Amino acid sequence: MNSNEILDREFLEIRAKILEVAAALDRIERAEGDVSGDPRMGLIADAINIIASEHSDPIRAEKIQLLFSRTYDEQWRNEFSIASRS
Amino acid sequence: MYYIDPHLHMVSRTTDDYETLAKMGCVAISEPAFWAGFDRGSGESFRDYFRQLTEVEPKRAAQYGIQHFTWLCINAKEAEDVELSREVLKIIPEFLDCPNVLGIGEIGLNKNTKNEAIIFQEHMELAIAHQQQVLIHTPHLEDKYQGTRMILDMLGEHSIDRSRVLVDHVEEHTVGPVLEAGYWAGMTLYPVTKCTPSRAVDIIERHGAERLCVNSAGDWGPSKPTAVPDLVLEMRRRGHKESLIKKVVYDNPRDFFSQSKNFNLENPAQR
Ligand SMILES: [Zn+2]
Repeated sequence: MNSNEILDREFLEIRAKILEVAAALDRIERAEGDVSGDPRMGLIADAINIIASEHSDPIRAEKIQLLFSRTYDEQWRNEFSIASRS
Repeated sequence: MYYIDPHLHMVSRTTDDYETLAKMGCVAISEPAFWAGFDRGSGESFRDYFRQLTEVEPKRAAQYGIQHFTWLCINAKEAEDVELSREVLKIIPEFLDCPNVLGIGEIGLNKNTKNEAIIFQEHMELAIAHQQQVLIHTPHLEDKYQGTRMILDMLGEHSIDRSRVLVDHVEEHTVGPVLEAGYWAGMTLYPVTKCTPSRAVDIIERHGAERLCVNSAGDWGPSKPTAVPDLVLEMRRRGHKESLIKKVVYDNPRDFFSQSKNFNLENPAQR
């Protein structure tokens, strides 16, 4: 499939998914209370920025996965005081 | 198309599901030992579970012409209880010669804790001592990346043939490190928390189909045991060759499992 064919196939899907996100954010804002300081709102905003940004190497999905991931520390064994077996 | 689902928890599915799977072309499944949705009270209940996996399920599957294989372990969630885990580790060898056992699995991490890591390492030692293949569960959502990297760190400490180890539930951010290290990788098609068929096909297009399998990981939770045919359809809609589709859903799991002495797949085309 070329990019045009993929766009033809995905356009309505993408439109629907973006509307779902927009409506969910509206719902949050419409409701009582304030979540503006909730770190998850920051993550959502960062993820939307990743989607909107241009990439020479298209790895938006991978970047968003990493955004929503806990950090990995190579020295994790120290924290657990577990010795490497090798 | 004939296919193999390499990761499906049939103990929590109905017999009707076996019938549907058979109608969709499923000829074999492999069922890793898993969490039952509640913590079990003793090692003995694992002995019963292992009997269910090695005696009951193969018969239920056979009624629909499906071959049933299995993997044994205490899952990462219950591995938090080190004492219980060690009891179960002692029981496992009694079952390793059962004719449908492919190896040790699905071991792994759940919340990436110290106890989980300790029991993971003890399972690896058991697998190596008994020349068993290994199937590995990686954590979900925000814990996946960290847990997968920890698992790769621990695997690197063992002298095990990497082509006999499959790291499961990989997604966009974990598939690369797993394949680059020489292990097999599994993608799980699962609503909400894991991969969709479209994203799984994207991963195949980006990383190639070498050492990559796809499964439904159907279990007692919201899941779809017939998710593999969804991937087949998505690949066809994108114009992929039938030979590539067959490689992903049949040849690859067959080749990975064939390294286990108990894997005796009947070629469906020659039945
Ligand atoms: Zn599983």
